Amino acid sequence: MAETESYPPIDPTNFDLIVVGTGLPESIIAAAASTAGKSVLHLDLNPHYGSHYSSLTLQDLTSFLNAQSPNPNINPHQSDTDTTAIDVITRPLYSDIEISSYDDSVVESSRKFNLDLAGPRVLFCADLAVDLLLKSTANQYVEFKNIDASYVCDGNGNLMNVPDSKSAVFKDKTLKYSEKNQLNSLFKLVQGHLEAVKSVETGVDDEKVISEEDLDSPFVMFLDKMKLPPKIKSIILYAIAMVDYDQDAGESCKDVLRTRDGIDRLALYHSSVGRFPNALGALIYPIYGQGELPQAFCRRAAVKGCLYVLRMPVISVLLHKDSGNYKGVKLVSGQEITSNKLVMDPSFTVTSSPSESPQDVSKFFDAGTISGKLARGICITKSSLKPDASSCLVIYPPRSLYPDQATSIRVLQLGSSLAVCPSGMFVFYISVVCDNALEGKKSLHAAIDSLFSAHTSGTTDSCSTDQIDSTEVKPTLLWSALYVQDLFEGLMGPVVMTPTPDGNLNYNDLLHTTSKLFQQLYPDDEFFPETSNTDSSDKLEDDSEVGIES
Amino acid sequence: MHGRPRKSATPVDENASALKAAKIRSLQSQFLLNHHNNIYTKEALEINAKLIESNPEFMTAWNYRKLAFEHNLSNQSEADSDHIKSIIDEELRVVENALRKNFKSYGAWHHRKWVISKGNSSTERELRLLNLFQKQDTRNFHAWNYRRFIAGLKNISDEKELQFTTDMINDNFSNYSAWHNRSVLLSHLLEKKVVGYFPKEIFLKEEYEFVRNAVFTDPDDQSGWFYHLWLLDQTVKVDMPNLVSSWPPHGSEITKTTFPIVLFFNEPVEGVNLQTVSVQVEDDIFKNIAWSPLSSNKFKCGQAWLTHLTIPLGETHSSKIFQVKISSEYSQGIISSNGVPCSQHWSIAFRVSVCHDFQLEGQSLRGVLMTDENFSTVDINSNVMDLFKSYFELASDYEQPTSSKWKSEMIASEIDQYRELLSWAECKIGKLTLARLLMANDAIGTPVAPNTTHVEEVLKLYSELMELDPTHYQYYKDEYSLVFLKQVTSSKESLMKYCGQYKESTSSNITGPMCLRLNFLSLSQIGSFERLLWVQSLDLSHNQLHSIEGLEALQLLSCLNLSHNKVGSFMALDPLRFLKSLRVLNISYNELGAHTVDTRRYLCSSPLSHTLDYDKKFEEFATGDEKVLNFWEAYSVFGGLDIMQLDVVGNAAADERFILFLVKLLPGLKWLDGEELH
Repeated sequence: MAETESYPPIDPTNFDLIVVGTGLPESIIAAAASTAGKSVLHLDLNPHYGSHYSSLTLQDLTSFLNAQSPNPNINPHQSDTDTTAIDVITRPLYSDIEISSYDDSVVESSRKFNLDLAGPRVLFCADLAVDLLLKSTANQYVEFKNIDASYVCDGNGNLMNVPDSKSAVFKDKTLKYSEKNQLNSLFKLVQGHLEAVKSVETGVDDEKVISEEDLDSPFVMFLDKMKLPPKIKSIILYAIAMVDYDQDAGESCKDVLRTRDGIDRLALYHSSVGRFPNALGALIYPIYGQGELPQAFCRRAAVKGCLYVLRMPVISVLLHKDSGNYKGVKLVSGQEITSNKLVMDPSFTVTSSPSESPQDVSKFFDAGTISGKLARGICITKSSLKPDASSCLVIYPPRSLYPDQATSIRVLQLGSSLAVCPSGMFVFYISVVCDNALEGKKSLHAAIDSLFSAHTSGTTDSCSTDQIDSTEVKPTLLWSALYVQDLFEGLMGPVVMTPTPDGNLNYNDLLHTTSKLFQQLYPDDEFFPETSNTDSSDKLEDDSEVGIES
Repeated sequence: MHGRPRKSATPVDENASALKAAKIRSLQSQFLLNHHNNIYTKEALEINAKLIESNPEFMTAWNYRKLAFEHNLSNQSEADSDHIKSIIDEELRVVENALRKNFKSYGAWHHRKWVISKGNSSTERELRLLNLFQKQDTRNFHAWNYRRFIAGLKNISDEKELQFTTDMINDNFSNYSAWHNRSVLLSHLLEKKVVGYFPKEIFLKEEYEFVRNAVFTDPDDQSGWFYHLWLLDQTVKVDMPNLVSSWPPHGSEITKTTFPIVLFFNEPVEGVNLQTVSVQVEDDIFKNIAWSPLSSNKFKCGQAWLTHLTIPLGETHSSKIFQVKISSEYSQGIISSNGVPCSQHWSIAFRVSVCHDFQLEGQSLRGVLMTDENFSTVDINSNVMDLFKSYFELASDYEQPTSSKWKSEMIASEIDQYRELLSWAECKIGKLTLARLLMANDAIGTPVAPNTTHVEEVLKLYSELMELDPTHYQYYKDEYSLVFLKQVTSSKESLMKYCGQYKESTSSNITGPMCLRLNFLSLSQIGSFERLLWVQSLDLSHNQLHSIEGLEALQLLSCLNLSHNKVGSFMALDPLRFLKSLRVLNISYNELGAHTVDTRRYLCSSPLSHTLDYDKKFEEFATGDEKVLNFWEAYSVFGGLDIMQLDVVGNAAADERFILFLVKLLPGLKWLDGEELH
């Protein structure tokens, strides 16, 4: 890291916007700003795109997780007359990293993996991410495939199909006829409500609207009112609305889903099913991994003139000495680049150098506080959970694995058809929202014990809980990486901080935050205006050419 | 493809369509010129292709292509297969373009079928095309239809096609076409007795479960219910025609020497004749018997068959009892309308006792009245009951071969399921299905006497449906009436409640001793005729009948009251034509002549056809009065009858001229509208 000569000089040296980090929010902001005609410099210290949203080889993933140490090379401050420099350091996002390998063949084919740092994650066919890809035309750089199936764990540890649409309810072999009717009635009620709401907006009144009182009540109460049995409730809440916290916990539930939002989530799910004729289910996944998404937006930005420099750490942020306002950044190469605005990914923060009072720094650079923790796991096996699905989603609702399991655990299995692993292998992503690392790890281990059988070559990590003998042979765990990630929400300040990957299955919340940040940055510009070739988005949707392959 | 709202045209659209019309007109005139002059050149075909592309509905254009195709193909030598192929490909391309324009174009699909059936082309490509079309609009019945055609051509197994319907239904079960194709394929498999599909109970159970998933998931979606109805029909259906009832009934004793014989089958049959049915009196087999079907609109085919028998009285002045036996001689010769022969042997025997003190049919001195005060309750012990009794007590002899146990089990299980569905979902079609299931259960439940366990419940269901679903009120009403009559005719006891005994016996030789009084019941339809063959006197007044179809089976009927109903035309009275014993008829206060348009008229025999079996000449009545021509229908109904007492007052048609016409037509008429004629 010594030879500063190897860094090419950047020209020009002044930009409207500098973005540090190529995670999805940063890439979207860079693409949106470029589209709005701003001159943008996009930097990343890593040799790859995506930052905390990237998909990496097994080896790179391990080293990325472990690259915890802050930049050791603190440059001497050669302050100009009118500039103050504040050192930028990397703050660790990941902790409690546990990597276990039971089979060398996995590590040997390290390069054939594209492992998501922020898994499990999928797109709903009708969600914001898909809309944004279409609107920004970044969709031309990425292709998707359908997730084959989704399962939910019932009270007895059995995985059952999630009957998520009319035809899935029809096909389901485990539901009772009455349950089929109840589920579909709810789907129809929601649909009727949405249509009624639409027609109310256009002036036609309809009785089908669910009352305001019900809309404000907790969704779980509404489902109770519909006399839905616990099994159906659990499917709707955790496997379709994708709620994190136990909704039956009453007062102690941290995040109660209101009926209004519950209905929106059901609506999102349903409009996703069948949106694209070649995607059968609601969920799609980008071929080559989630890391393709930030890359797609970077390409979009590059087309619009954004300048990209990878392997280029920022060592300090420059301020006007007298005003204390942001001026620019100093790169590891020693070059100083100025810009009007700065966006940084949340793994960067600044040291309060002795010459500055901490208050001054924090006034200027609010690092934000940890808003929560996420336990994530990546597991690799040589067999699929279900023989007929190479990719699938598995939901363990609260209390389904052990009595005090407070939050829902989500697992995503992907096969080699998505080009994320060598053929014959399967990658599992697990995540759970947690208060602390201990609790998170407990959930991860419970899920792993339920999903896999331990590797036979005598490991200490044997199953502690008795598993019900099932006829299906569980996949054997060959490799795993468990880690706890800190959650930061995006922040608006003189320097904009983007959000870390959240615990949701899709990008909706992140995209909301990102578009808000962009609007605050550039209140006069539109966040991806409808493209000049007006019919493109419509045409693309109708032709379903979102790169989705069936 | 479905449920898209229609948008009204904007001025821009209108301009565009005017332009398009002009273009089509010019193409059309060029094309018609070519057509007229039999020009089948490449250029001419191109003009035609353009025309078809803009208007695929133009049949003449398709027909021209067929002519051109045959013309151009006949000019080719056999060897030039490439050229033949290119001609075929061009036809298929034109069809494809037309279908792209309108994939529901009858002409286009038909043309494709026509070209493909000429051979020489790949059906593989047709399957690919079909998959495309059926993906875009899963219920397009043209595509489904074409699929059946291609599957037949390619010899694709029915099982494979069945799997295709399963896949389509799994994707979206709201698909009438897929369910329909399923029923077609299963019928084929059953017919061919393919292993796994024959006998039908093998697949029926699975099919009931399959469709249950659909109707329970979304009871408001009707497609599955239609399939369920088909399944129910398959379950209940007796696969062969059979004799269900007769007059005279088996084991009975009658006292007339000339009497009608009626054979009543479970469905319309043909082939009842001397070869198939033998009539034996004592030891003599009668060879001069002519059977005729009792049906107003089906030639040579009828549910009821009629003949008349006269016992030859050799030794006079002595009472004698004759044994009469009617039996199926060659039952395979009796065939249902879809070609299934009657394989069950049957035989009925009764006695005819001849006593010469029997009162001769005389002239009654007074008109027959059917008001309450003329009747008393039937004395169960009176001897008039004997015949009636024998009818019911021996009726079991005609019953169906014992129905299989699987049928009743299957239906019972369906009943449980649908009762459950109705317990948590208010659902019209569910109620209707339950009503049908319950009736089916009663029909096959016990092989001996008619079962009426569920009739009350069924009647209640239909009453509820009439309120719930006013749009289909008439249908429910009709079903209600039929079920109600089934209940009434189910046993001697229940029937007795509706019978009245005439107090005065003066005209009993006309009316018979008893009258079946089904008046004031708001019936809209009548049925259960197989159990009413004995009726001589029938009061159906004060109901809501539009039609009396089926009444022709009651050959003993001499006295009929239809007053205060909703009979709208003389054609609706056509069954009366067969009731040669009819002497007293009341059709007053109906809607005869009130409707100017009679939709049943097409069924009517016209003055130009010569199907009437009576020899009066309509011309005699028609001459000198053109208006009389309007009475043709009345003439065709009444012309062959010997009516003594008639009431027609209270009908729009019954004007003075009509009355005069009737008096002339019916020379035996003695009372008209309550007045004695002189």
